Formats: sequence, C-alpha cells, structure tokens
Amino acid sequence: MKLFSAFCLGLALMVPVSAMAAGDAETPPKQQWHFSGPLGTYDRAALQRGFQVYRQVCSACHSMKLLSYRNLEDLGYSEAQVKAIAGEYTVTDGPNDEGEMFDRPALPSDRFVSPYPNDAAAKYANNGALPPDMSLLAKARKNGPDYIYAVLTGYEEPHGDTHLLPGQHYNKYMAGHVIAMAPPLSDGLVAYEDGSSTTVDQYSRDVSEFLMWAAEPKMEARKQTGVKAILFLLAFFGIMYAVKKKLWAGLH
Amino acid sequence: MGSGNRQPFDNPVIEWVDSRLPVFTLMNKEYGVFPTPKNFNYFWNFGAIAMVMLILMLVTGITLAMHYAAHTDVAFSSVERIMRDVNFGWLIRYMHMNGASFFFIAVYIHIFRGLYYGSYKQPRELLWMLGVLILLLMMATAFMGYVLPWGQMSFWGATVITNLFSALPVVGPGIVEWLWGGFAVDNPTLNRFFSLHYLLPFVIFAVVFLHVWALHVTGSNNPSGIEPNGPQDTIPFHPYYTMKDTAGLLLFLLIYCIFTFFMPNALGHPDNYIEANPLVTPAHIVPEWYFLPYYAILRAVTFDTNLFLLIGLVCAAYLVAVNLWFTKKPENCPVATTFKIPVLQDIPMKALEPLMAAGAVLFLGIGGMIAFMPDMGMAKMMDAAAPVLVEAKLGGVLAMFGSIAMLFVLPFIDRHPYRSAVFRPWFKVAVLLLTIDFFVLTYVGGKPAEGLYVLVAQAATAYYFAFFLVIIPFLNKFEPRVPLPPSIHQYVLDKKAKKKQKSDDYMNALKPEAAE
Repeated sequence: MKLFSAFCLGLALMVPVSAMAAGDAETPPKQQWHFSGPLGTYDRAALQRGFQVYRQVCSACHSMKLLSYRNLEDLGYSEAQVKAIAGEYTVTDGPNDEGEMFDRPALPSDRFVSPYPNDAAAKYANNGALPPDMSLLAKARKNGPDYIYAVLTGYEEPHGDTHLLPGQHYNKYMAGHVIAMAPPLSDGLVAYEDGSSTTVDQYSRDVSEFLMWAAEPKMEARKQTGVKAILFLLAFFGIMYAVKKKLWAGLH
Repeated sequence: MGSGNRQPFDNPVIEWVDSRLPVFTLMNKEYGVFPTPKNFNYFWNFGAIAMVMLILMLVTGITLAMHYAAHTDVAFSSVERIMRDVNFGWLIRYMHMNGASFFFIAVYIHIFRGLYYGSYKQPRELLWMLGVLILLLMMATAFMGYVLPWGQMSFWGATVITNLFSALPVVGPGIVEWLWGGFAVDNPTLNRFFSLHYLLPFVIFAVVFLHVWALHVTGSNNPSGIEPNGPQDTIPFHPYYTMKDTAGLLLFLLIYCIFTFFMPNALGHPDNYIEANPLVTPAHIVPEWYFLPYYAILRAVTFDTNLFLLIGLVCAAYLVAVNLWFTKKPENCPVATTFKIPVLQDIPMKALEPLMAAGAVLFLGIGGMIAFMPDMGMAKMMDAAAPVLVEAKLGGVLAMFGSIAMLFVLPFIDRHPYRSAVFRPWFKVAVLLLTIDFFVLTYVGGKPAEGLYVLVAQAATAYYFAFFLVIIPFLNKFEPRVPLPPSIHQYVLDKKAKKKQKSDDYMNALKPEAAE
C-alpha cells in the first residue's frame, strides 16, 4: 500500500509537469475570473461587454469563423436582439432561381462575417502578419485568458536589446517581446452602457472572458455535469469500499 | 470448455441455454469460482481498469466517428462542430481525449506491477509478451488518433513520427511515401489514419482476449511471487475480486472525471486548437505525454555511431556476455537453455577477455571522442578512418524501438528463480530506479533537446538499456537468495505478524511516556 501510494503520488506529480512546455516570454500572471474554479460560471454582463469590444475593435481584423450569431443567445441576448445584431452584417448567398449570387442581411444561423475575404487579403492589409481567428484563441494559447489579458495590457516602450522593425511593437508577454498588432485598446474607446469603467484594463478583462466563452461555450454544462458525476462516483466508491471491507473482513 | 462434467442450473431458462451453449458454466468457471491468490494488493486492479478504459474508448470513439469527417478541409471544423453543436458532443470528445491518457496511465501502472512482482516470468512469458504487443498497438492507435483533429500538433507530430522511417537505409524513403500516400502528410494520410484508428482498437480487443485467456491458463501472479499450492492460498474471484476491482475502478474513474470535467485540456497541447498549417512550424513539436519517454530516448541519440564506437561496443558486449549472460551453469544461461544450443556453453570465452577489455577501452575512447567531440583536433584526424555506420537519426529510431523490444524479451533475460521484488532486495532497487528513470525520460522528453536536457536524456537512456542488458543478467548470477515462505498463506501470516509486532513495539514505546 505504501509503495502504491508513492507510485501514484509520483505519477500525479509528473503528469502536469510534463504537460508544460517551455516558453521564452514572461509568464502571464494568474487572474481571478468569474469562470475560474470548479463551479465558476460566465458573467453574462462581462460577456456582453466583451462582445461589444470584439465587435467594435477586434473584429476589424480578427475573424471568428466557428461562431454563429445564434450562439449569442448564450450571452443573454433575446432572439430578437440576436436577429438585430445579425442583420447589421451582410452575407453573400445564392445562387437564386436565376443563378445569380446576391447579398442579404445575415441571419442568426449565419457564421460571424469575417473582416477579410481570405487569409491573403488579411495579410496584405496587415503588413504581412495574419491576425489569427479568435474562435479558439483562449484554448490555443498557453494560459488562455490570462495570456490574452496579459498581452492586451502588456504593451510597453521597447527596452533591453529588442530591435523593432517598422510596424512592430513591444509587448512583454509575446515570445521575443515582438508583436505585429498595434495596441488595439485605449481608455474610453468603447462606450459601455452599463456604467462599467471604460479603461483598457476593463476592456481587456471583458474581451478575454468573451473569448473564453467563444472557445469553450459548454463550460458551464461541463462543470455542472462534472459535479454530479463526481458526487455519484464518490458515493458509489464509498459504498463499494464498505462492501469490500465487510466482505473481506471474514477472510484470512 | 467441455460440457461433459457440467453442473445443472436450477433456473430452467439458464439451464436450457447452458445445456446447448455452456456460456454460464464458462463464466462461472472463469469469473465466478475462478481460484485467485488471496493476497492481491491494489496494483492488481489495473488489468480490470485497463479493460474498462478500452471499452470506454471504443464506445466514445464509435460515437465520435458518427460525427467526424476525415478530410483535411473539414476535419478540424467537424471536431469543433462536435464540441459546439452535437448533443453532449463536448462530453464524448473530452471523455475520449482524456480517456486515452488514462488508458495509458492504467496500462503503465499495470506494466509496472508486472515488472515489480515478476509477473513476466515462467510460466507467464507469453502472457507478458501479448501485453507488450497490446502496448505497441495502443501506441500506434493513439498516435493516429491524435492526428485526426487536424490541429497543428496533429500535423507536425505526424510529420515528425512518419519521417522517422526515412532513417531506415534503402527502403526508408519509400516506406515514408507509402505511409503518407503522397509526398507529404496530407489528405490521403488523414484518411488512412482514420481508417486504421478505427480498425486497431478491435485488433487490441482481440489480443486482450488472448491475454486474458493466457492469464486464465496460468492463473494470476501475486505480491509474494509464490505460486498458490492449495485452497488455503486462494479465494474465488467472485465476490472477492469483483467487489475489490469495482471499488478500485470507481476511484480511478473519479480521478479521470476530475480531469475530464474540470481540466479537460490540461494533458493536451494548446497548439492543437490551431488548425493544421503546413507552412507554419510550431516552436516545439512534442508528442502526447504518454509518448515522451520514447521521444526522449529517440532524441538522446544525438551522435553518429562510427566504426570505432561500434567495435568498442562489441568488445564491451563480449565482456558483459561472457561474465553475465553466459555461465557454466546452464540454468543461468538464457539463450543456451531456451533454444538448447550446447555450443554456447562450451566456448572458452574467458580466454579472450583481456584482449576484449583493452579493445573496449581503446575503441570506445576513440569512437566516443569522434562521436561526441567532433571538433577536437584528434577527433578530426581520426574521423576519416572511422566511417559512420549508423547515423544519429537511425540510431535514435533503433533505440526507441529497442526500448520496447527490451520489454518483449525480458522474460528470457531474467532467469532469477524468484519472481517478486519483495524477496529480491537488489532487484527491488534496480526496478524502482527504472521507474524513476521512466519519469525522468518523460520529463526531458517534453523539454527542448538542448543543453543539460540532452545529457540527462542520454544518462536515463543508458540506464534504461543497462537495466535489461547488464543489471538483470548481473542479478541472475549474483543476487543473494533469501529463503522464501513455503506458501502464500504463510507469507500473509508472516506479514500480519510483522505488522502486529511493529504496532506493538510502537505502543510499547508510547507507554512509558504516557506513564510519566
């Protein structure tokens, strides 16, 4: 039993360590999120603010191809509101009965309209750098939302021996401290309707939470199901362990 | 399975079926009254746990395949569709993803159990070898499964691993193109990987069946390593081990669920949430964690093996062979006894020893210098005289497959008559060191191959092979043999008495203090 516990402890210690990869940039500080922890949920107000920041700032360059407008109902918008949001965008549909492609307002069932027709156009408009699709960004980066928040608030005057080319910017959380994206946020850039502070810090927090939701929209269901599963297994294990003890007591 | 001496069942329906097809008699014999050593510890749960994980992987995998599309254009988004739009798709996918990790955890613990308690030894050699075959099949299956989501690590992992075969002389490049179905990892590769990823689990299932069959012929080993020799040593499998296995399984599933539900991506790599892009190479290409030990061994061979190094190795191998592998005592000579080769026992191998020792020192020295310090003046001079025989890449591939091959032949290397490390004090140290070594390899396998990590990987690789090729043969010959208890029953009683003595001593030690 002693050997067994030691073995399990060794395994438990090893697995997370080995899963970590080496990085050269500064590690983003750990943030306290509304969705942190085993019971954490998304803050609907923050998600809506984050979506507003995405819509008014990020979406100028960054696509979110995996999301549909109907998904925004998760943020607490009504069906009518989602329809109105979608209606502000134009998609090309068709061919119609005459074989022609035509433009129409987007529907809730349409995917988020991308800012550029293709990657080549996106690169051409951005100094050769491709703004990554944001649908999964919070899961596609180490430390996810902490990293996104850190990068958005991590712009500084270049220091050290970092040499910046035209169109490059200094950011302490990027690998090599170089980022092609100009600081996207500034205080007061987006007008919030709910009275939240309109600072870069608040924008960054909100949009990070929004991107976490976009990457992991089923997180709440996952955690709630998880609690039930764990409770069930705990109870069942307790019973079976007692059964085993009772059964084996008569042996030896 | 003969139904000749079948006991009739009371229930008429069961009796009707059983008299025509004795499945109930079979199940009762193999899982009901099956006599099982009574002293299993919780390490013995992991066979059953691995079986449950295999079934769980099959069920979730078949469900995922109903929604997945194996085409490079849509594979990535079809997985995201499963995560976002398919009912409980996120659950099935996360169960499958983390299930792979926990299947490997269960199997690694199961293998450790087999090593530590000598379960691979006579008469269970074939049982063990079938197990190693299952491990190999699992590795192939898991590797191809990781390619299917078509993320960055899928693509680049597939590129790196399939490229390994190009190290084989002559046929290598042809094999790689054949594997790819083209000139790079592309749609044909994804398609065949999906096909094989669906096929191989059923092959695993078939080999598991043989594995369990072999187990039920020889019966289980146990912590004492002593064969049961009477009813006082065994208990029926049901209800004793069915209940114990269920309790252990639930605890294992509990930990598995903590990962699946609360940190489902902790064991994966973030880069796999970026769609595969052949034009962008990730900074560090790392395989899934359960492959890291082999990946470390692969990358530990950073040097070309030249002629001198090889001659030196042959000389050293000769010394090890003469002194440890072969002896005058036939019962300690694995190759000679297994395959009945009398010649090996008669060669006067001792005579050549001084010559070989000198050769080993000289050639390992020069060859090693050329291999490890190619920039030194001396090495440059000798370089021309020592053609490279095995390039670093091929050496790494051979070492990686060799590490599994070691497990495969272990039953024929280890000829010590005792099974369990409990009665083998030296073996116990060696096998625990091997376990630590495995963790060290896992750790360095996930680190970039540079600086100190390479040296650590090389040292750990050296120990891994030394364990099988030097230490075990050494223990065959020199490990002291303490007297074994006459039976499992006596072993259990001794252990109990020892435990009681210990607690009595502890209580006695406490008493005077309490009196003060």
